[in-house]
Amino acid sequence: MKAKAKNQLLKASKATKENVIGQVITFLCATIIVTLTLAIIFFVASRGIRAFVVDHISLGQFLTGSEWNPGTKNAQGQPIAGSLPMIIGSFGVTLLAALIATPFSLAIGIYMTEYASKRMRRLIQPMIELFTGVPSVVYGFTGLMVIVPITRKLFGGTGFGILPGALVLFVMILPTITSMVVDTLQRIPVSFRQAALALGATKWQSIYLIVLRASIPGILTAIIFGMARAFGEALAVQMVIGNSPLLPTNLVSPTATLTSQLTSQIGNTIMNSVENDALWALALVLLLMSLVFNLVAKWIGKRGELK
Amino acid sequence: MNAKRIDKIARYAIQTMVAIVALILLALLSYILINGLPNASIDFIFKPSEAIKAGGGIRDQLFNSIYLLVLSMVISLPLALGAGIYLAEFAPNNWLTRLVKTLIEILSSLPSIVVGLFIYLLVVIKWQVGFSILSGAIALTVFNLPLLTSSIQNAFEAVDHKQLEAGLALGMSPWKTIKGVILPITVPSVVMAIILASGRIFGEAAALIYTSGQSAPRLDYGNLNPFSPTSPLNVMRPAETLAVHIWKLNTEGLTADSDAVSAAASAVLIIVVLLFNLMAHYLGNKLERKLTGKK
Amino acid sequence: MKKTKIALLLILLLVPFLGACSHNKNQLTIVGSTALQPLAEEAGYQYGIKHNVTINVQGGGTGTGLSQVSEKAVNIGNSDLFAQQKQGIDSKKLLDYKVAVVGIAVITNSTSGVKNVTMDQLRNIFAGKITNWKQVGGKDLPIVLIHRSKGSGTRFTFEQDVMHGQPVAGGQEQDSNGSVQKIVAATPGAISYLAFAYANKKNLVKLEIDGVKPTKANVTNNNWKIWSYEHMYLNKKANNQLAKKFINYIESPKIQTSIIEELGYISIHQMKVSKDINGKVHQLKGE
Repeated sequence: MKAKAKNQLLKASKATKENVIGQVITFLCATIIVTLTLAIIFFVASRGIRAFVVDHISLGQFLTGSEWNPGTKNAQGQPIAGSLPMIIGSFGVTLLAALIATPFSLAIGIYMTEYASKRMRRLIQPMIELFTGVPSVVYGFTGLMVIVPITRKLFGGTGFGILPGALVLFVMILPTITSMVVDTLQRIPVSFRQAALALGATKWQSIYLIVLRASIPGILTAIIFGMARAFGEALAVQMVIGNSPLLPTNLVSPTATLTSQLTSQIGNTIMNSVENDALWALALVLLLMSLVFNLVAKWIGKRGELK
Repeated sequence: MNAKRIDKIARYAIQTMVAIVALILLALLSYILINGLPNASIDFIFKPSEAIKAGGGIRDQLFNSIYLLVLSMVISLPLALGAGIYLAEFAPNNWLTRLVKTLIEILSSLPSIVVGLFIYLLVVIKWQVGFSILSGAIALTVFNLPLLTSSIQNAFEAVDHKQLEAGLALGMSPWKTIKGVILPITVPSVVMAIILASGRIFGEAAALIYTSGQSAPRLDYGNLNPFSPTSPLNVMRPAETLAVHIWKLNTEGLTADSDAVSAAASAVLIIVVLLFNLMAHYLGNKLERKLTGKK
Repeated sequence: MKKTKIALLLILLLVPFLGACSHNKNQLTIVGSTALQPLAEEAGYQYGIKHNVTINVQGGGTGTGLSQVSEKAVNIGNSDLFAQQKQGIDSKKLLDYKVAVVGIAVITNSTSGVKNVTMDQLRNIFAGKITNWKQVGGKDLPIVLIHRSKGSGTRFTFEQDVMHGQPVAGGQEQDSNGSVQKIVAATPGAISYLAFAYANKKNLVKLEIDGVKPTKANVTNNNWKIWSYEHMYLNKKANNQLAKKFINYIESPKIQTSIIEELGYISIHQMKVSKDINGKVHQLKGE
């Protein structure tokens, strides 16, 4: 009798067991995702590094050269693979698209959470989210038929370049950023706003000083994912940027992005050939650039965060 | 300038910006619908596609898109939920956790073709799964995990810590509090993440070309044996989705009426996405009300 | 009760995955050139119905097709090029079947105002030495070059048959016939090259070269010089009988006079000349 009671007291309760099981399961999920992530990063890195180690592309020339022709060799016997135009192209479209999209996303987010009626919100949100489901090809051809002729009229030249690329990307990443911003703003407790208003702040002051400040981490994640989408986009950008690996002289001169070069050529190359390895090196650069963007965004966020 | 005036200006500025975006989106939407709908019909949705002749439909592609969406959500949602909860609630708050979060985030900037090729070499070729819906679903899972995990993690982190403390004070275990108290609060965020992820699944082409493939064997909808290659339920058959079909028509399509079919397919796709989003919001609201007792 | 429901749901979801265990012997996987895909797909569909086999045709590009068939990962590799023309492929491992001929037209945006150029002019246009349409009798409009992506079969053929080793000037690169077609149609002064089947579109002008029109008849006797073969490659070691039979079916008069024609290719049986891997043209005997 005594032993049984003791046993019962010492035995883990059902809730404790569930707690352990829950922790183990969620830990396993996290492990799977981390393993996957590391596997892909390793996969891209190992192929990308091959370009420099096995195929002897010089790293300096790769980062500063502006001619992309890895199938042929230069005077020193190294494959000609300069990725500078693509790095600038990717950097340009992504940054510009994020710069345009962020204020608009914030405006929509603020409008929906602070000003709009519930009904209006229910109407706007699915409309915006709709545009994540439009295939890139459709964006690309719409951009080619609508935006490129406009930039050609306004700025001359062929009309292809970073500007139309950024404009197409702006529409493509807007739903991602907006949805995540709205989600963040909605989570700020009403008490924050009430406190600000009670202190005599105007609505805008309560939004600007309290709500936005409190949502900075969420807003940053939104921008990071928006930029990630812009970085990784190929099919749409390719149709409007002019897809030629030339150094851009202004916002409407044809250039290329890392992703558009990679996507348009990789199917034509033979596995483990110099051309193929060089393309993987582009993917590696893309990952590193995205890492830098990510860290910079977080660093900026830290400085503006509500203490 | 006084605060009241700034308040007014801010209000107008915000409304103007919302109006601009609304105009852009409406223009784009009507562009797609006006180009597409005249070519679409109920018949168009329910007949198989043609490779050469005019007059093909999108029956199988539409089905494949929806089936692929369901399959990849079945795989990725539990994973993302688990990982998001772990990272937000159980993982120690140190550099390692932050590193993991950053790594997951930068993963989402990889071009979809890189993810497609990775799954192609590993799953399609090495594990001999072949071109199949299953391979496609795995590729899309990889592709969507970063956004899903991060949003879920953020949502959990944003829940007021007092909620957890209250649960613990009542003698509930952390797990029970998470399941019973915190999870219901995060439902809207999870729904948002699902909608964003499904949008990408509906619209993705490059990652699927190498995994679920770009040709659709004609299906027999009477055949429900999941082992038969003509059965719609078979996950081992190659499957061309609607977005891949649109991509193919626009790049190498030799179908006589490829422009019309592509426009109509885009219009149908956007309507399907809209219906899906509305449904997800509706079910999400219902679920949230049921779980939290909110009115 | 709730647990049984969940278990039931899990089983229902798992059933499709069990399908993973079934492997079909009567199955062919064909991967590679997107240009050849519509042909292989339609022929595969007809053959599949007739002989009760599943033929799975996927794109992925010429490079992917050749890589994968060399490694026996797929049964047939579709290619726009001879395997020898691709670096990094051991062509001795492969068997070459030429299944169709594709003519490549030179097209411009209709704003150029030019209908006919000489071969030298064309070469100079793509080498960047002629940069305005008025230099070849057209309007005063800068020439915008649109290339196919590096490594593309169409680009290789164009450079072999037109440039004769002269490097091309930089310009836009697009990775498919469809994109090139749409961009040339939308950009004033643009010039590029397309497989015949894609060259008929509003706003596009097919150029004559030295007075020769890009027609199928002119390709068969090499009066129109820019053309190439579409290849299907088998791995010698795999020795797959079904794959051989399927290629025989595509080479048969039935397909060569039906699908091949409909898709805008030229039947291999109509050719009065042949072209080798160096681009040299030979008269066929018996003609």
